[in-house]
Amino acid sequence: MTDVLEVKNVRVRFRVKSNFQALVQGIEDPFIDAVRDASFAILEGETFTLVGESGSGKSTLALAVAGLLPAEEGSVRFGGAEVTTMDHAALQAYRKQISFMWQNPVGSLSPRLSVGSLITEPYKIHKLAERDLKAECARLLKMVGLPREFSTRYPHQLSGGQARRVGVARALALNPKLIIADEPTAGLDVSVQGEILNLLNRLQDELGVAMFIITHNLNIVRHISDHTAIMYLGRFVELGPTDDIFEQPRHPYTLALLSANPEPDPDAAISRIELKGEVPSLMDRPGGCEFHTRCPFVGDGCDTNPPPLFTVSGAHTLTCHYPRG
Amino acid sequence: MNDALLTIRDLSVHYHTDRGELKAMRHVNMDVPGGSIVGVVGESGCGKSTLISSIIRLLASNAIIPCGSITFEGRDLLGLSREEMRRLRGDRISIVFQDPMSTLNPVLSIGRQMVDIQYRSSASRAHKIKRATEMLASVGISDPGSRLKQFPHEFSGGMQQRISIAMALQAEPALLIADEPTTALDATLEVQIIHLLKKLQTDIGCSILFISHHLGVIAELCDYVVVMYAGEVVEEGTTREVFHNPAHPYTERLLRCDPASIATKTRSLPTIPGEIPDLVTLPQGCIFKNRCEHVMTQCEHLVPAWIESHSGHFVSCHLAAKPGND
Amino acid sequence: MIDILRRITREPLGMIGLVLVVLIVISALLAGVIAPYDPIELRIVDRLQGPSAAHLLGTDQLGRDLFSRVLYGGQVALKVALISIGAALGVGVLFGMIAGFGPRWLDNIIMLFFDTIRSFPTVMFALATVALVGPSLETVIAVIVVTTIPNYGRVVRTQTLSIRSNEFIKAERAMGASMVRILGVHVLPNVIGPLMILASMDIPTVIALEAGLSFLGMGVKPPTPSWGSILNDGYTLIRNTPWPIIAGSIPLVLITLGFTFLGESLRDLIDPKLRKNI
Repeated sequence: MTDVLEVKNVRVRFRVKSNFQALVQGIEDPFIDAVRDASFAILEGETFTLVGESGSGKSTLALAVAGLLPAEEGSVRFGGAEVTTMDHAALQAYRKQISFMWQNPVGSLSPRLSVGSLITEPYKIHKLAERDLKAECARLLKMVGLPREFSTRYPHQLSGGQARRVGVARALALNPKLIIADEPTAGLDVSVQGEILNLLNRLQDELGVAMFIITHNLNIVRHISDHTAIMYLGRFVELGPTDDIFEQPRHPYTLALLSANPEPDPDAAISRIELKGEVPSLMDRPGGCEFHTRCPFVGDGCDTNPPPLFTVSGAHTLTCHYPRG
Repeated sequence: MNDALLTIRDLSVHYHTDRGELKAMRHVNMDVPGGSIVGVVGESGCGKSTLISSIIRLLASNAIIPCGSITFEGRDLLGLSREEMRRLRGDRISIVFQDPMSTLNPVLSIGRQMVDIQYRSSASRAHKIKRATEMLASVGISDPGSRLKQFPHEFSGGMQQRISIAMALQAEPALLIADEPTTALDATLEVQIIHLLKKLQTDIGCSILFISHHLGVIAELCDYVVVMYAGEVVEEGTTREVFHNPAHPYTERLLRCDPASIATKTRSLPTIPGEIPDLVTLPQGCIFKNRCEHVMTQCEHLVPAWIESHSGHFVSCHLAAKPGND
Repeated sequence: MIDILRRITREPLGMIGLVLVVLIVISALLAGVIAPYDPIELRIVDRLQGPSAAHLLGTDQLGRDLFSRVLYGGQVALKVALISIGAALGVGVLFGMIAGFGPRWLDNIIMLFFDTIRSFPTVMFALATVALVGPSLETVIAVIVVTTIPNYGRVVRTQTLSIRSNEFIKAERAMGASMVRILGVHVLPNVIGPLMILASMDIPTVIALEAGLSFLGMGVKPPTPSWGSILNDGYTLIRNTPWPIIAGSIPLVLITLGFTFLGESLRDLIDPKLRKNI
């Protein structure tokens, strides 16, 4: 299988102070790194999941992959073409091949447009409006399991699950090679979450589209993902095949995330790794291993030396001085 | 449960809308025993927010209460005057909301807000500040004395939620209503807040009515659980009973749907197909019949009775009423 | 649209507003049919009469029928109001959306222009312009357009700023939608509602301004009838007869009430935050 997307050493930074402010306040570096040194690949027809808590930089990385934010360093290659140096026309062509599903199911739909026009928007944007839009709309609605009559509804008349299906239909419109889904189950009830994930799984099996999923919900990851990366403060701390990560998590942060997932069983044996404090500010990154301020297993050298890359087996890697085992 | 702190009996709440009467909550029964944590589980449209608003008597102006009673510390809340009710709120009953940023006033310092809400107390200002400091320390905020001078935006989301909890518990209420207090937080912070709530509940000895859609959190935190669906309480009992022996098909399906309960990898997750019925034109019979796997003939037109399937375990389902079925 | 009309008529104030506005608009449009006399025809014999069957509102010092003049004056007033507010809306929406959506520096420049215009007192600005280019209907319209553009522009800018941070705008950008498409298809429909309310409440202000300028002799040139010039005539004749003053002020009061009531009930209907029901 070939790579659809290959991301190498990407760094994304944001300006937090203007040059003038930086000069006056004597700040050397008026930027913060939201993403540092991220590398991963997504194979054709595969699902890659990025797990992280708020502020971990996961959405920023997705936006950089889509060419919506500039990458400061590193490369993003899509089907062999370099995205970071694309001009406007090339980016436009690139955007025809990837599509987004946004976090808020209803809020990501333009409120004054009907479902029918929302779903067929990609055709209008990319000047493909000569197609039979009615037929396309019916085809897409059928694919996501919504009745045809929905094309005349408006976003505020939809439930969360229905709006999410509309979002999926729109993402599929141009037969993309890659779908980027930011928290595909956010704001949905438990009973509806399953429906959406099953739909994504089914569509992937049928259409062979690759998926890049961003989530903080570890519960869903195991059932939809082939490869998983865990992100903390803009860096990958552990990366590998999903099954390996769930069965043999080695990084303390991954362990903490996994154990922070309460099971719906009052008698479940809880051996919890509870983290101290909160995520540090990006403006004030800890030295050494960036996780050492919260790590329950902190040891010698964690606060001074950056952690080495540790390969568990094959594609399963992590950065830690003292991997758990 | 005669020692109940809060008892709700046969409570219905309807809303006047353009389309007709929206029957948001119907014949709800519920008990919150003293010194316990009761979880309310339900998905969107189940009537959780109507329940909270009716307990603190802050329902929207188009709401009516056709029947029922809410008894708190022996008094019927629905019969209290506005003034009596106002005195209860924030003193005997307080609330923690989902979004701490919208509960804290952004232009006043934390200390100012924490002193201001002690307006009922006749203690000196210095004493009130001391009390606020103690509360901040008890919710795990380090260096509370100097942080009192800070403003809400200077705290992270998790810290803000801790502060909201400190403010809600400052008056040592008998009942704390926690409305999805951890939904906006990350998993690692959620765990911290749950433990904090549990510890404070034991220290103060209050009861907590904990509203959440997160089954795992309910299982870990709550002593009792109430399951709501489409404006009705369909099941109530101890958490252990309800989670291990769910008597209502909805509870059973909901538990099965939670991805956290599925340990083995699957490409096809369980769901509950169908939608909540329209609450303006209610269907006859059981409210869950259109989504139920075990639907029977009597479900079509007969509303199931509220029966005790085990001691202290209540359910409204025809299945549980069948003789010989336990 | 029909739904909105039906809901307006359910409220008493909305209903009154709607009836007044419809009445005034129809009578102005049909002035040529309804008016019993030519509004500029002089009949000195009939000068300064009180109301009678022949002259419903009496006549002025030149014997012109006041009722007919009020009707034709309505035409002038509505023409000024619609053209100027329409033009100001168009330009204001365009610049407001660009300011709200465009880069920071462009926003700053546009806002600077808006603030500069707003800092002139409208009447002073009008008087100065008239003094420079001479009084005419076109001057009045131009003055009103220039002074109201910033009002709409600022509202549109604020609305655009709040809409632009919505997720659906991000979604459109990610699909590769152009700025023109985002503004036209996704931003405009969401800002236009509150703007229509603002515009309908501005109509009486504009009409009063036109009347004011004409009253001062700086607006519509005689003998074209305008409510302002009728008032001016009445002012000089106040010791002889009250009727011209009354004739000129009745339509002004009615139209102000009509559009204000209509605008307020529209606002209550469209702005969900002000709705009492959930």
